[in-house]
Amino acid sequence: MTITPIGTVSCSLILLFLSALLVPFLRGRQHFLINISFTLASIASLLGAVGGIWAVGSGITNKLVLPVGLPDLPFHLRIDPLAGFFLTVICLLSLFVSVYSIGYVKGYLGKRPVTSLAIFYCLFLAGMLMVVLADDALFFLVAWEVMAAASYFLVMFEDERIENRRAAFLYIVVAHVGAIAILLSFGVMAGLAGGFESFSGYTFDAMRQAQMPVQWAAAAFLLAFFGFAAKAGVVPLHVWLPEAHPVAPSNVSALMSGVMLKTAIYGIVRVTFDLIKVFPWWWGAVVLIFGLISAVMGVLYALMQHDLKRLLAYHSVENIGIILIGVGLSMIFTSFHMPLLAALALIAGLYHTLNHAMFKGLLFMGAGAVLHATHERNMEEMGGLIHSMPWTAALFLVGCVSISALPPFNGFVSEWLTFQAFLLSPALPSPLLKLLIPLGAALLALTGALAAACFVKAFGVTFLGHWRGHHNPRVQEAGLTMRAGMILAALTCLFLGLVPTALIEWMDILTEQLVGAKIGTTAGTFGWMWLTPIAPDRASYSGSIVFLGILVVVAVAYFLLHVKTVAIHRAPVWDCGFEKINQRMQYNATSFSMPIRRVFGFLFSIREQVKLTPRAAQPVFPKKINYYLRIRDRLWGWLYKPVVEISFRLSRRVGKLQQGRIQAYLIYSFITIIVLLVFSR
Amino acid sequence: MNIHIAAQINSFLAAFVLLTAFGMLVQRRMYGLVHLFTWQGLFLSLNTAVVGYVAQRHHLYISSVLTLALKVILLPYILHVLIQRLKVHKEIETVVNVPMTMLIGIALVIFSYHLMSPVRELSTLVTRSTLAVALATVMIGLLMMITRKHAVTQIIGFLAMENGLFFAATSATYGMPLVVELGVALDILIAAFIFGIFFFHIHTTFDSLDVEQMARLKEED
Repeated sequence: MTITPIGTVSCSLILLFLSALLVPFLRGRQHFLINISFTLASIASLLGAVGGIWAVGSGITNKLVLPVGLPDLPFHLRIDPLAGFFLTVICLLSLFVSVYSIGYVKGYLGKRPVTSLAIFYCLFLAGMLMVVLADDALFFLVAWEVMAAASYFLVMFEDERIENRRAAFLYIVVAHVGAIAILLSFGVMAGLAGGFESFSGYTFDAMRQAQMPVQWAAAAFLLAFFGFAAKAGVVPLHVWLPEAHPVAPSNVSALMSGVMLKTAIYGIVRVTFDLIKVFPWWWGAVVLIFGLISAVMGVLYALMQHDLKRLLAYHSVENIGIILIGVGLSMIFTSFHMPLLAALALIAGLYHTLNHAMFKGLLFMGAGAVLHATHERNMEEMGGLIHSMPWTAALFLVGCVSISALPPFNGFVSEWLTFQAFLLSPALPSPLLKLLIPLGAALLALTGALAAACFVKAFGVTFLGHWRGHHNPRVQEAGLTMRAGMILAALTCLFLGLVPTALIEWMDILTEQLVGAKIGTTAGTFGWMWLTPIAPDRASYSGSIVFLGILVVVAVAYFLLHVKTVAIHRAPVWDCGFEKINQRMQYNATSFSMPIRRVFGFLFSIREQVKLTPRAAQPVFPKKINYYLRIRDRLWGWLYKPVVEISFRLSRRVGKLQQGRIQAYLIYSFITIIVLLVFSR
Repeated sequence: MNIHIAAQINSFLAAFVLLTAFGMLVQRRMYGLVHLFTWQGLFLSLNTAVVGYVAQRHHLYISSVLTLALKVILLPYILHVLIQRLKVHKEIETVVNVPMTMLIGIALVIFSYHLMSPVRELSTLVTRSTLAVALATVMIGLLMMITRKHAVTQIIGFLAMENGLFFAATSATYGMPLVVELGVALDILIAAFIFGIFFFHIHTTFDSLDVEQMARLKEED
C-alpha cells in the first residue's frame, strides 16, 4: 500500500479513537492515563498535520468511501488542498496543545478524575478532523455533532459549579440551532442536486455539479451562513462563546477558541467557494458586514473584561470577524470576476485563520498556565507574575504582540494583507461599494488599535506591577511540557511572521482551485524576504528585516543599560506624600479601560455606583469608598431575552397538556384517531 | 351451508360482539365485566370458525381455537385470580355517567358505519357488513379505557380493543396470516402477565388501583 495524505490522516483518526477507547481501562492509574492519552493525541495530531501539509503542498485530491453509514448512504471522505489547509491548522495547534496538556491536566490530579476529560478530548479532536474530511452532508453532520457533543462535555468538565452548567447548556442550545440551519442548508442543496425524492444528492460531488436557481442557492447560503456563524461566534450569535470558553479547562479553551471556531470558517468557504461557486456580490457584502460588526464589537467587549480567559474569548469573536472580512472581500471580488484580488483577500482570510489558531492557542495556554499557578482568573487580583513566571510571561507577550498585529510576528502579516485587499477595492465596478468598503478599512484599523490597547492591559495587569490579590499564593513557573507546548506555538508565530512568502506559495493551490488565480509568483518577486502581494511598487513588507531591526535595537539598549551597572538605579516608589501606598492602588484592568468605556459606553448597558461611608468626625475624608461596576451585553436583552421568555411561556402553555392523568392522554389519542378518520376518509 | 346463511350467522355474531361491547361499557361490577369479556371472546371465536368454513381458509380454525383458549379460558382466569388476590371486586366508579357513555357509544357506532360505507360498496367478501361493527368495537374499547378510573377495567378495555382489531382482520381480509396471528396472541399473553405484575406494584405503591392516583407521578413545575 502506498502512503497517501488520506492514509496518514486516517491513521491519525484511528489513533484518536483508539486512545478514547483505551482510556476507560486506565481509570485506576490517572497519572499514567494522562501521559498515554495526551501522548497518543500528540502523535495523532502530528500525523494529521503531516497529511494536511502534504495535501496542500502536492495539491492532490484523495477520496475514500467508508462502508459504514446508513444503508445505501456510505460515508465519503476526501482530502483536497482546502481540507488539507484546515487539517494543518487544526493538527498543528492540537499538537502543541496536546503536549501542553500532559503537564496542564496533571493539575487536576488528586482533585477530580480526568478520565472523561481525556476521552472527550480525543473525541473532540477526531470530530474536528472528520468535519474537515467529510465529503457528504451526512458524514459532515455526524462529525459536526460529534464535535459539538464532545466539546459540550469538555465545557461541563467541572460540573459542580452552576456557571459551568449554565454555559454548557447555552452552548449546546446555540450549537444545535446552528446545526439545524446547516442541516436545512444541505437539505436544500441536496434536493437541488439529486431531486427531493431521493438521497442521491447528499454527496458534495453531486452538489458541486448541481445547477442551482439563484433564490434557492441564496436560501442555502443564508442558512449555512447562519449555522456556521452560530458556531463561529459571529455577533450577534456570540453569546455562548464568552460563557463557554472561560469555564472549560484551559487546554480545551485553547482548542475551542483556536481551531473549533475555524471549522465554521471552513464550512463557509466550502459551501460558498466549492459547492455553490457562482454567487451574487451581496452574499460577500453580508459576510463582510457581519465580519466588521464582529471585529469591532468583539474587541470592545474584550476591553470591558477583567477575567483573563473571558477577555481572550471575546478576542476570538474579533478575530473571527477579521477572518470573515477577508472571506467576504474575496466573495465580492469573485462575483465581479476579479480573481487576482479575490485570491489576495482569500489568502488574507485563510492566513489569518492559521495565525489566529497559533496565537490564540498560545494565549489560552498562557492563561491556563497562570490559572494553573494562581488558581485565579480575575485579573484584578493578579500582578507581578513576570517575576515568578518569566517563561510564561515572555511567551504570553509573544502572543500579545502577535494578536495586536505588530511586526515581526504573524498577526501583522495577515492583517496587512487584509488591508491591502481593502485598499484595492476601489477597482470594483460598483460606485456604491467603492465608497463603502474603504469605511470598512477604517473600522478594521480601529479594531487593530483597540486590540493593542486591550493586550497592553491584559499583559500589563497580569504580569507587571505587584500582586493585587488579598491572598498571596505560592506561584510556580509552568512545568516542562506546558512550556514546551507554548514555546512551539510561539516559534510558529514567529516563523509565520518571518517567511510569509513561503507560506503564500504553499497556499497558492487553494486559491487556484477556489477562485482561479494565484498570487504566489507576484508575492515572492523579490525572493523570500520581501512580501509584495500585488506589485512591488505598490506595497512590500519584510518581516525578517523588521525582526533584525528590532533585535539590533534591543541589543543596543541592553548593551547601554547593562554594561555600565550604574545605569540602573533602584529606589523606593514616590508616593506623592501619601505615605500609606499599597498594592491595591495600582492601575488595574477596570481603571485601564475606563477612557474607552467612557467613549463607547453607549454600546453597553453599564451601571456604575460609588458609595461613600463618611467618617463622623471628618466628613470630607470618607472612611471607605465602594465602587460597583456592572457591564452587560445589550444584545442579550434585545435579542435573546425575548426569545427565552417566549419559549418559556410557550412551554408552560404546552406543558398544561401534560395532566398526569391516563384518561387525558387516552382522550388525546382518541380525538386524534377520530379526526384522522374524518379527514382521511 | 350456503353463503347467504353464513352471512346471516356472521351478522348475528357481530351483533352479539357489539352488544357485549356495550355491556362492558355500562357494567359496573368487576366480575360482570370479566364475564362479558369472556362472552365477547366466545362470539369472536365462533365467528372466526364460521368465516373460516365459508371462505375455505383452514388456518382460521387454528385462530379460532387460539382465541378460545386465550380469550375465553386463560385471560378471564388470570383476571379472576387478579381480582380475588387484589380484592377489587367492588363496584367501579366511572368518570362520565352511564347514559352519557351510552350516547357517545351510539354516536361512535353511527360514525363507524358512516366511515365504512365506501368500503362496503367495494368489497365482495361475505363479511363486509361486519367491518363497521369491528371498528365500533375498537372505538368503544378505547372509550371504555377513557371513562374508567380503575386499572383493571382499563386493561379489560384494552383487551376489548384487541378483540375489535381481531374481528376487523377477519371481516376485512379473512384474517391475517397465521404467523402474525400467533405473534399477536403471544403478545397478548405476555401483556397480560406484565399487567398482572404491574398491578401488584401499583397496588403496593399507591394502596389503590385507581389510575387517578398516578397523577401524583407528574413532575411539578
